[in-house]
Amino acid sequence: MILKSTKFGKRLVTAVPAFWLLLFFAVPFLIVFKISFSWMQPVQPGYAPLFEWIEETGRLVASLNFANYVTVLQDPLYLGTFPYSVKVAAISTILCLLVGFPMAYAIARSRPSTRNLLLMLIILPFWTSFLLRVYAWIGLLKSNGVINNTLLALGVIDQPLTLLYTDFAVYVGIVYSYLPFMILPLYANLEKHDLTLLEAASDLGASPTTAFFRITLPLSMPGVVAGCLLVFIPAVGEFVIPSLLGRTDQLMIGTVLSAQFFGARNWPVASAVAIVLLLLLLLPILLFQRYQQRELEAAKR
Amino acid sequence: MHEYVRLEGVSKRFGEFVAVDNVSLSIDRGEIFCLLGGSGCGKTTLLRMLAGFEAPSGGRILIDGQDMAGTPPYERPVNMMFQSYALFPHMTVAGNVAFGLEQEGLPKAEIERRVGEMLDIVKLGEFARRKPHQLSGGQRQRVALARALVKRPKLLLLDEPLGALDKKLREHTQFELVNLQQQLGVTFIVVTHDQEEAMTLASRIGVMNKGQIVQVGTPTDIYEFPNSRFVADFIGSVNMFEGKLIEDEPGHVRIRCPELEHVVYVSHGISASPEATVSVAIRPEKMEVTRADPGSSENRTQGTVQDIAYMGDMSVYLVRLPSGRVLRVTLPNIERHADERIVRGESVYLSWQPSSPVVLTG
Repeated sequence: MILKSTKFGKRLVTAVPAFWLLLFFAVPFLIVFKISFSWMQPVQPGYAPLFEWIEETGRLVASLNFANYVTVLQDPLYLGTFPYSVKVAAISTILCLLVGFPMAYAIARSRPSTRNLLLMLIILPFWTSFLLRVYAWIGLLKSNGVINNTLLALGVIDQPLTLLYTDFAVYVGIVYSYLPFMILPLYANLEKHDLTLLEAASDLGASPTTAFFRITLPLSMPGVVAGCLLVFIPAVGEFVIPSLLGRTDQLMIGTVLSAQFFGARNWPVASAVAIVLLLLLLLPILLFQRYQQRELEAAKR
Repeated sequence: MHEYVRLEGVSKRFGEFVAVDNVSLSIDRGEIFCLLGGSGCGKTTLLRMLAGFEAPSGGRILIDGQDMAGTPPYERPVNMMFQSYALFPHMTVAGNVAFGLEQEGLPKAEIERRVGEMLDIVKLGEFARRKPHQLSGGQRQRVALARALVKRPKLLLLDEPLGALDKKLREHTQFELVNLQQQLGVTFIVVTHDQEEAMTLASRIGVMNKGQIVQVGTPTDIYEFPNSRFVADFIGSVNMFEGKLIEDEPGHVRIRCPELEHVVYVSHGISASPEATVSVAIRPEKMEVTRADPGSSENRTQGTVQDIAYMGDMSVYLVRLPSGRVLRVTLPNIERHADERIVRGESVYLSWQPSSPVVLTG
């Protein structure tokens, strides 16, 4: 009886998130997938139905449109955005890691009383609007903005630097916005490290630098992987930051996507872009899953 | 014997707390020296200072004549075996053992050869490719030992080396450890709270209490000639009586203890002021339990057997004296048949030799 009820309970517990995912991920995904194969039409709902029942012949006619994918994969406008987006996301992720690792390390090694305060400070920016924070960077980066004015006043430069609407501005925006997603998993990992391992390394003749690269860094890999994916995946599809701070001659995939959906109202092509983007991100996600699985198995033993 | 480690008035304070208090010690090459004490007595702090993880607040540490002040752990000719073993979880057994040699920048072939040799010595050759989490506790202990010994240190520090092992494995490992130590000629400094471990491993024991070393000696010295009530009580079990010195001669003393109805006669002199209050300590195995009156007029008492604990090789008798005091006496079980044995509730006489009691003034 008890066994039966716990089994039921287990099913119930997994059913809730499963239902959630079905309703808010699988169903919308299938809708997007369907739209990506349809024809654009000027009247509502903006795309033609895939399947149509023809009364006269009594047949079900399916009209699939692969042209959307052809467009996405052939048109240089789209094609160029994929590698560019991946490049921007990858560089931003590496920058996040380089900035975030020392911060996470410092927090994890600080006294427990100051630790919570530092973590609070990391999370604090989330309390204001994301959009507002990105807008604020415009004020900082523009040619008569805070940074340029300060540098000019100090005499470091005599011409304002072009900071806004560059790749640099996008990196700054992404690193700034996504840094907590890098720091938090890294901190969670580093905080658990057994410090006697470092003593053991030191005892065996390893200098602190060697001990860091041979002990701390390999042991923090799960945190590094988690943090990188948490930054990389949303960064590839990011559209607010590049459209506010980025170049105008080279778009990111997210910007194109939103332009197609909301500007051109070409839902089929936009859907095709979304599907290709998803396929592009599937690889790192699968890699992450396999990594997590391995970690989980190692931890079980 | 050649002095290898020398501590001169070493102290360690953490804020107000004095963890190690003015310890001076000299340890010879090839010794197994045990630091024995309860938790918080400062023994681990002392070990960590030797390894270089803590800097002394005062005093000097010399290893092979070299003052270790300012020498970081990774430059000391010392290796440590950690209580938790501290094996690197992301490296194989061979990787763990090789780590220390890699830091010395030895050629790959040499490292491989020495790791192989060391793993054979600790009988882990076939486990070289395993990760630490795939090993049993005893195997992990041996990896930790191999990892520390492969560097051929002159001095190995061991923090509760057998603490995490079960009783059977412990006994076995104890003897292995001593064999290995003699084979390699390394000086061992072992920290333990387990007196049995200290007794079997050590060539000398330093008993610690409240940050100080209260007695240093061979296991026999410590057990048979404790120099204080603390040591007598801490090592093994003991029956201790308060008493007054009533006769103080160079060759013998007589002590009257309120809890015993007869005078205690001790066949060696002590240094104490006359009429001084002293403690008399008698080990449980040095008392005799008899049904018949021992006949002497001193070193005897009477009581009732309150309880018997049968341990197989010996039995522990708890004997209640008329004064209400309960004494502990152990007798080896020489006879297999239990007919002749004293049973619970019997009236018995307890007696001991004049050489058995230890008189403690400290």
